[in-house]
Amino acid sequence: MTASILTVDDSTSLRLAIRLALTGAGYDVTEAVDGVDGMTKANAGRYDMIVTDLNMPNMDGLTMIRELRKDARHAGTPIIFLTTESDADIKAQARAAGATGWLVKPFVPDQLIKIARKVLGK
Amino acid sequence: MSATDPIAAFRIEGGELLDEVEQALLDMGHRLDDMDLVNAVFRGLHTLKGSGAMFGFDALAQFTHHCESAFDKVRKGVVPATSQLVAVILSAQDHMRALLDGRATGGEAAGDEILAALEAAIAEAAGAPPAAPAAKVAGQGWHVVFRLPADCMANGTNPLMLLDELRDLGPCRIVALTDRLPTLEELTPTHCHIGWDVTVETDEPASAVEDVFIFVMDDMELAITPLAVDATEAPADPAATAPVAAPATAPAAAAAATPAAPPPPAPPAAAKAAEHVRVPAERLDELMDRVGELVIAQSRLSQIAHQDGGLALRSVSEEIERLAGELRDTMMVLRMMPVASLFGRFRRLVHDLARDTGKAIDLVTTGESTEVDKTVIERLFDPLVHIIRNSCDHGLEKAEDRVAAGKSATGTVHLSAHQAGGEVLITIRDDGRGIDRARVRAKAEANGLIQPDQLLADQELLQLIFAPGFSTAAQVTNLSGRGVGMDVVKRTIESLRGTIEVASIDGGGSTITLRIPLTLAIIDGLLVRVGSGDYVIPLSAVEECLELSGEEDLRSQGRSLITLRDRLVPFLRLRDVFATGTPADPHQKIVVVATGNDRVGLVVDQIIGNHQTVIKSMSPLHRHVGSFTGATILGDGSVALILDIAQLVALAQPREERLRAA
Repeated sequence: MTASILTVDDSTSLRLAIRLALTGAGYDVTEAVDGVDGMTKANAGRYDMIVTDLNMPNMDGLTMIRELRKDARHAGTPIIFLTTESDADIKAQARAAGATGWLVKPFVPDQLIKIARKVLGK
Repeated sequence: MSATDPIAAFRIEGGELLDEVEQALLDMGHRLDDMDLVNAVFRGLHTLKGSGAMFGFDALAQFTHHCESAFDKVRKGVVPATSQLVAVILSAQDHMRALLDGRATGGEAAGDEILAALEAAIAEAAGAPPAAPAAKVAGQGWHVVFRLPADCMANGTNPLMLLDELRDLGPCRIVALTDRLPTLEELTPTHCHIGWDVTVETDEPASAVEDVFIFVMDDMELAITPLAVDATEAPADPAATAPVAAPATAPAAAAAATPAAPPPPAPPAAAKAAEHVRVPAERLDELMDRVGELVIAQSRLSQIAHQDGGLALRSVSEEIERLAGELRDTMMVLRMMPVASLFGRFRRLVHDLARDTGKAIDLVTTGESTEVDKTVIERLFDPLVHIIRNSCDHGLEKAEDRVAAGKSATGTVHLSAHQAGGEVLITIRDDGRGIDRARVRAKAEANGLIQPDQLLADQELLQLIFAPGFSTAAQVTNLSGRGVGMDVVKRTIESLRGTIEVASIDGGGSTITLRIPLTLAIIDGLLVRVGSGDYVIPLSAVEECLELSGEEDLRSQGRSLITLRDRLVPFLRLRDVFATGTPADPHQKIVVVATGNDRVGLVVDQIIGNHQTVIKSMSPLHRHVGSFTGATILGDGSVALILDIAQLVALAQPREERLRAA
C-alpha cells in the first residue's frame, strides 16, 4: 500500500521540492500551507507521516505538533520537522512537543527519502 | 516420524548437507585450492543457513551464517584456504550437526569458541594472502544495548523500524530485554518498556549504528561496544591471536602435517545419483512384509492349483508366481544401499585418529558402489569403527618407525568392498607392523584362553584377538585397547550371519575380511522336519547332509559323536533338544552345520528341501527364546521356526569339552 504523507510548509518552492522528492520515491503527497491548514487536513484524513516546517504563519510547527499529539488519532504518527538551524535547543523543543525526527535545511531529495524510509520502513 | 513434517524433513536434509560439506572439507585436506570443493562447501553452508532460518533453527542459521561468510572470503579469493581454516570449519560443522539435532551442549559458548577460532584462522590466512587488499576480519561488528525513551512510540518512532535498520547494517542477533516491564496495573500501553540487546555483524563504523538512533539518541540509553576485541586489535599478527583460539586451532597442526606430501591424484568424488525419492525406512519394511506375505500366499495358491486345479487356474497361478518372484527381487534391491554412505563416515574417523595419534594416515576406499542391505550397513558401522581404530592405533607405526623400516612415512588403511555371490566381502587392510603372533600367544596364555604350548593353526591363533577380554596393546590408549571391542565385533558380525578372517604379515600389515550376507530379510534355508514340526536351517551354515545309519545310531548312544572324515564331530539330537516325544523316524539324517571353525551335526527326522525363507521376527513374548532366530511361513500356511545355528553349536560345545577332557 502506498504510504501517504502530509507536508506542511508556507514556502511554495519547498513544498514543490518535497512533493517531487516524495512522489518520485512512490509516496502519496498532500500539501498544506500553514499550521492551521495542516491541522485541518491532518484531522480530515489519515497520514502515515507528516513533514512540517517550524516557522509558519497562522500556527507555527511546534504548536501544530503539540496540538496533533494531544489527539489520540495522531498518536504514533511520525512527524518530521524541517529546520534551518541545527540548534540543539530547537530540536529539544520540537521533540518535547512530540516530533519524531528532523531534517536540516538545505537538504537534497535523497536525505528526505532516506528519512521517510527510516520512519515508514520499506 | 511423519514424512509430512517439514522440520523432520529439514533435519534429514540438513544432515545430508552436512555430510556433503564434510566430504568436501575432507577432500580439501588434499586439494586446498580446488575451487569446485570450495564452492561445494559454500553451497552446502548457504542452503543450510537458508533452510535453517525457514524452519526455526535460528541458532543454526546464525552460526552457519558466520561460517558461510568466512568461507565466502575463500570463495572470492580474499583469503586463501588453509588447512587450519578447514580444520576449524570441520569442527564448526560438528557444532552445526549438534544444533541441527537439538543436542548442542555448552550452548552459545561452544559456538562462540568455534567462531573465535574461525576468525583467528581467517585472520591468519589473510596474514599471508597472495592478494588480499580488502581482507576484513570476519565477525567484526558491534554489540548494541539500547532502551528507547518511554514516549517514543507516541511520538512516532517505531522500534521495529530501528531494528530493521540495524539489520540493514549486517546480520543481527536480537534479544529483547524485558526486565523493566512493569506489572499489568502499572503498564502504560503506549509506552515502550522493552530494551534490546543486539549483536550486529558489520564492517560499518560505530557512527553508522549511532545514525540509526539519531532522532532518539538524546533521551535514550545506548551502549555500543565493539565485538571480538582480540581479533580487531591485532588481526594481522597471527602469533598474538593464536593463544586466543588455542583449543580449536590445535587440530590444525595435525591437519597441516598430513597433506604436506605432494597431493595424491584426486580420488573421483563419489558420484551422486541424480534423483531420489525419500521414503522412511519403516515403510520399506512394511512393504517387505507385504511382499513376503504375498510370496507365501502365492506358494499356497500354486500348491492348490497343482493339486486340484484346472488348466486355467494353473496358468494364472504360474503367472502370479512369476510376478511375485519379480516383485520380491525388486523389493530386495530397494533395500540395498551402496556402502559409500558407510565408508564416507570413516574418512572423518581416520582424519580424527590421525590427529589424535599424531600419525600420518591415508584412508583409501574402493568398491563404494557395492550394495548391501540397509540394516546390514547400519549394523556394520560399529564393528568397522573398532577394526579401523585398531588398525590406526595398533597396526600403523609412527612416521619415524615407518621410515626406519623402509616404508613411506604415511600409513595407509585400505577399506574395500566387493560382492561375491550372495555375500559381500569387506576388507580392512593396513600396511602397518602386522599382528605380533608371539604377543598374541603370550597374552592368550596369560589370560587362560589357551594352554601353554597348545598347538594352534595360524588362523586359530589370529582369531584369538576376537576372544572376550583380549587386548594386545601394551599401553591402553584412549582410542582402543580397553579389552572390549574385538569380541563385540565378532559377535556383531556373527549376528549378521557373517564371518571374520584375519591375515597378517609381520612388518607388512594385517588384513581383516568380513563376509556378510547381502540381506537379512530373506535367506536360503534347508527345510527339515523334527517330530511333527518343521524347521529351517540357514543354508549358508550347512556343510553337508548324511544319513545316520541305525548301526551308527546305536553305537553313538550316550556319546553323541560321529566320525566324519577322520574327525570327531559332536551332534545334537534335535528330537531330544525340542522334546518332541514322538517315535524317531527309521532313517534319521544328520545335517552338519558350521560356524567359524566349529562343526556340529544336527540329527533330524527328515530333510524336506531348499526353502526360500522370508524371515519374520519373533513376537516380543518369544524373542528371548534361545535356539531360534525367527520364524517363517510355509506354503501351506503353517509356521516353521528358523534355527539359531550359533546357539546350537555353542550348546553342543560343552559336551565336546567334557569329552576332550575325559
